[in-house]
Amino acid sequence: MSSSTDTQGTGAYAPALESPRSPYRRGKPTRSNWELHGWLFMRMSGVLLLVMVFGHLWVNMVAGEGINQVDWSFVAGKWSSPFWQTWDLIMLWLAQLHGTNGVRTIINDYAERDATRFWLKMALYTATLVVLVLGTLVIFTFDPCMDPASTLEVCRTGSAG
Amino acid sequence: MATSLTPTAKDGPKRPVGTLYRGREGMWSWVAHRISGVAIFFFLFVHVLDTATVRISPEAYDAVIGQYKNPVMGVGELGLVGAVVFHALNGIRIILVDFWSKGTQHQRKLFWGVVVLFTLMMVPFAIRHLTFVFGH
Ligand code: HEM
Repeated sequence: MSSSTDTQGTGAYAPALESPRSPYRRGKPTRSNWELHGWLFMRMSGVLLLVMVFGHLWVNMVAGEGINQVDWSFVAGKWSSPFWQTWDLIMLWLAQLHGTNGVRTIINDYAERDATRFWLKMALYTATLVVLVLGTLVIFTFDPCMDPASTLEVCRTGSAG
Repeated sequence: MATSLTPTAKDGPKRPVGTLYRGREGMWSWVAHRISGVAIFFFLFVHVLDTATVRISPEAYDAVIGQYKNPVMGVGELGLVGAVVFHALNGIRIILVDFWSKGTQHQRKLFWGVVVLFTLMMVPFAIRHLTFVFGH
């Protein structure tokens, strides 16, 4: 913030001039580089998300029978493989954290009252926690052999647990 | 195209000067990026909840997913994929503007690149997806 001074007394405000050679004083960093890291995270997660989300959309909506193929056994087929479990787990966390940070920015932009901002963010963080915990639990505890009629390899060998 | 920031005599004194961003590609892509980001955010929330029903039983999940298998939802899915594709491509544009030394110089071309790529991806996708939705 630059201070303005009515130096001439004309009513025209001009930025105050520092005396020559006075060393440039940067404002003391307030707390940390938290916002900078958030900014960087949005960009790094964005690049990764592009690959992961497009791969997800391709496999689920374009390849094979497209959206019509999606049912419980389709999910079981994917989540009987550690590859897709890992894919979806990383995608879940990246998308949710990226989205939460994005919405946090938007709340900061538009909610002017302190209390409004506070409660909107509480709702945001609650939703985030629910999605991350529930999503992670579902991926880790899913049993692809829950369907007794399953024809999956892992379910026919009898050793699946 | 007049992009000059210097008002000429012809423009008269009333013409606003700072119009390089406002009302142009830069601003509208930001608006669309914000709206698409929020839309995807809310969809992700619902999507994780509906997918969580796989944990209840095959019947529960198939019942939920069955609710989506109609033309109205099918068109809605197309809109969501459109939001994701725009947000993703425009996100790369933002990253290029931030990190590529020539990014700011070419920011308008980058925006039109997003529009072209978006169209190239969405037209074939729309045809394929709507064929599934309306055809079986
Ligand atoms: C698919 C790949 C994606 C890419 C490349 C991407 C990229 C970006 C970038 C670069 C930003 C700008 C951050 C800034 O200005 O500091 C951003 C903002 C945002 N993104 Fe994404 N993103 C992607 C996916 C997602 C997903 C899955 C969600 C929702 C869960 C999301 C929600 C948001 C939101 C809400 C914002 C804030 C917008 C704003 O401040 O105006 N994005 N994204």
